[in-house]
Amino acid sequence: MPVLTKEQQDYKKFSKSKRPKPPLLKNMTMAFVVGGTICVIGQVFLSFFIAKGLTPSQAAGPTSIIMIFFGAFLTGTGVYDKLGKYAGAGSIVPITGFANSIVSPAMEFKREGYVFGVAAKMFVVAGPVLVYGITSATIIGLIYYLLHML
Amino acid sequence: MDFVMAFIVGGFICLIGQILMDTTKLFPAHILVIFVTLGAILSGLGLYQHLVDVGKAGATIPITGFGHNLVTGVIQEVDQYGLLGVFTGALKSAAGGITAAIVFGFLMALLFNPKSK
Repeated sequence: MPVLTKEQQDYKKFSKSKRPKPPLLKNMTMAFVVGGTICVIGQVFLSFFIAKGLTPSQAAGPTSIIMIFFGAFLTGTGVYDKLGKYAGAGSIVPITGFANSIVSPAMEFKREGYVFGVAAKMFVVAGPVLVYGITSATIIGLIYYLLHML
Repeated sequence: MDFVMAFIVGGFICLIGQILMDTTKLFPAHILVIFVTLGAILSGLGLYQHLVDVGKAGATIPITGFGHNLVTGVIQEVDQYGLLGVFTGALKSAAGGITAAIVFGFLMALLFNPKSK
């Protein structure tokens, strides 16, 4: 870190104070409402599959598949990105946001071809999610295995 | 009642994500990675299942639920097949979701073009 003069420190403080602050309360409300609503839509399908005779843990699978379909379809049609402008994390954190993170870059990089464009860019965000998700689950599985061996 | 709880629990998980995004310099990709890992850890500690019992889809639809799904799969497979289950469990349990994401994602990207902003 270079040593800052008094003026530079003052300017740093000044520019920080002028930087627009995100409207935290509004963003939080929107994230809560939109994220909650997406989960309620998921609950509709989950309840439907449970009523059809699946156990709650079995029903989670087809529910995710349907929600991923909607997330991908609404991203393709451009609706999801409009929602994302207002919803922030409310549209990112649900599984529909995971589908959005796949379709969005895949469409964007179509002009770079179907291998290096679409197929490769699909995993710009989804790849890291799978890497960290699968690795942490496997480590936890190994710990579980070792604890039960003892 | 399930619907109310799904709304509250799911909304609350997203709210935590929003606070992280607004108060730190994390990108959405960071949030997804942190949440999937956190879901896996909480599941491994046996805590996430309680959240699923209370919030139903409100806990399984957020990406933390994906981490939970991977871990429950691993643990089931370890119980059944031992060490091999450590390697097969996570993807077996998430097979439907991952396949849907790849196939639907690819097809939608072929069908549609980005909207000009």
